[in-house]
Amino acid sequence: MRRRGIGFWALGALFWAYVLFLYGPTLTILVLSFQGPEGGLTFPMSGVSLHWFRKLFAGGGIVDIGAAFGRSMRLGLLAMAITVVMSVAAGMAFRRRLPGGAVLLYTAIASLIVPSIVTSLGIALQFRLIDDLVNAWGVEDWTTAMGLYTSGLGAHLTWTLPFGLLIMFAVFNRFDGRLEEAARDLGATSWQSFRHVVLPIILPSVVGIGLFGFTLSWDELARSSQAIGSVNTLPLELQGLMTTVTKPDIYALGTVTTGVSFLVIGAALVAIRVLQARQARFGSDAGK
Amino acid sequence: MNEQAPRGVSVELVKVGRSFGPAIALDDVDLMVPAGSYCCLLGPSGCGKTTTLRIVAGHESVSSGDVLFGARNVTDLPPRARGTALMFQSYALFPHLSVLDNVAFALKMRGVGKQERWARARELLGVVAMQEYEARMPAQLSGGQQQRVALARALITEPQVLLLDEPLSALDPFLRVRMRAELRRLQRRIGITFIHVTHSQEEAMALADLVVVMNQGRIEQAGPPREVFNRPRTAFVAGFIGGHNVIPWQGGSIAVRGDRLRLAKGGEGLAATVAALEYQGSFILVTATLADGTELTAQIPDDSFDAAPLAPGDAVSVGWEPEAAHALQ
Repeated sequence: MRRRGIGFWALGALFWAYVLFLYGPTLTILVLSFQGPEGGLTFPMSGVSLHWFRKLFAGGGIVDIGAAFGRSMRLGLLAMAITVVMSVAAGMAFRRRLPGGAVLLYTAIASLIVPSIVTSLGIALQFRLIDDLVNAWGVEDWTTAMGLYTSGLGAHLTWTLPFGLLIMFAVFNRFDGRLEEAARDLGATSWQSFRHVVLPIILPSVVGIGLFGFTLSWDELARSSQAIGSVNTLPLELQGLMTTVTKPDIYALGTVTTGVSFLVIGAALVAIRVLQARQARFGSDAGK
Repeated sequence: MNEQAPRGVSVELVKVGRSFGPAIALDDVDLMVPAGSYCCLLGPSGCGKTTTLRIVAGHESVSSGDVLFGARNVTDLPPRARGTALMFQSYALFPHLSVLDNVAFALKMRGVGKQERWARARELLGVVAMQEYEARMPAQLSGGQQQRVALARALITEPQVLLLDEPLSALDPFLRVRMRAELRRLQRRIGITFIHVTHSQEEAMALADLVVVMNQGRIEQAGPPREVFNRPRTAFVAGFIGGHNVIPWQGGSIAVRGDRLRLAKGGEGLAATVAALEYQGSFILVTATLADGTELTAQIPDDSFDAAPLAPGDAVSVGWEPEAAHALQ
């Protein structure tokens, strides 16, 4: 066998240091969440138990974690759906010569460059202006237009949409437009060509955008902070807990949320595999 | 195929122009392709041959002029209303569909039921001898097999005109010659009009009833292969189809085939100097330079060369029979 040079070992060490840096914190939290009932927020472990998970699910804490969990889940799914539909539609639109397309693109991407907290503040101020306007019109009992599914959803979309859009651009960059021409030549309408040719081919990337959309929304903090309205998402609750809770149940919560993320990704991967296997076996008649 | 196999239709271009901004891709092209004939559009890249094909297919619009199929004006019809089928240069098979579903695609778009369209697709796969591969994905096929599938997929629409965009250029030379023969046989059998774009004059000569030589958005010459080869109309055609020498002659120029030139030391003819010799087996390719720098290539049969050998640097006279020369426009 060939002798490994020093470069191999140096790069290998760098790689493992990177892996450790990436997953070390998550693993630490995971381990600490199984802290014994008498244990504290740091090592050493004083025994191993499920005590903090039990405490977490029993409720009775300062905040209602279950409700925040549900809110984050619903918001994430909604943001995911909108991101997928809009990214694919925009990706298709940008393949043609689109008047004003460049400006539109830059405004979307700029949202990634502007600091998140500034975006969040801006959204909050904007909604306050809307509230003032509604009040000036004399609507009775009006409190605010801010909320989870208005300003909160908007804030999350400013984060998820540019990513989805950029992925879609990369996908359509590699997409062979002659396939659509062939479909048209064989009598497909525009919709049929999209439904039977374009969509099946880009589907794995579309699932990827969905995953991106959900996870970006699921753990979003800075953009939510000023724009979410009167209720909190899970990350916001977590942040609140950080300052008040001094027990390892916050680690248990961290482990559970990480678990949800992995579950969603795992489910999506399984779904893709099943779809591919089905397609290979039955031809492409899915959904017809 | 059905008992009443779809017969071809004539394709006529009347003063068809196409410009992309200031660039003129087609300049008032007039062309008549008879029904059921095999037409090759021949020319260098950028000559407008692919644009012409795409205009006939309906994938490209005209800037001026009309496209007629028989007596029907199809200028403003979309591709699927024309009765044409286009076979793409890269075949453009759908990568996510099996061979069978690729071929059945057009029928699926028309809402034909699964069993019926699969039965029909299997028939077409039979025509191109690809039945055993119906379950394969396109990525699992060789270039030649992909081409057959693309052919079957195009023919399932029962087109009156089949359009082929450089169909053989992606194949290796051996396969190219074989598929060429198969295309010709298929065209004879189903009797529809084929319009085939190529940059290979050899391909056009071998296949076509009608060769259309194009250059810079214009048709230089259109006619049967023998006519185009034996009587090139312009210097461009003579140069492009190869085997010809363009010689300045009495204020104009003439074309003489390389195998009709005679080189002799001394005697009547144009004075030239032998520049290079290439042994080609049955003949020797002799390059000679005229006094004004014009290069001529002559194919001298090996026995006549052996009888009077030449060497680079030899002064020779170049001659030809009067009927071998054709004046060029």
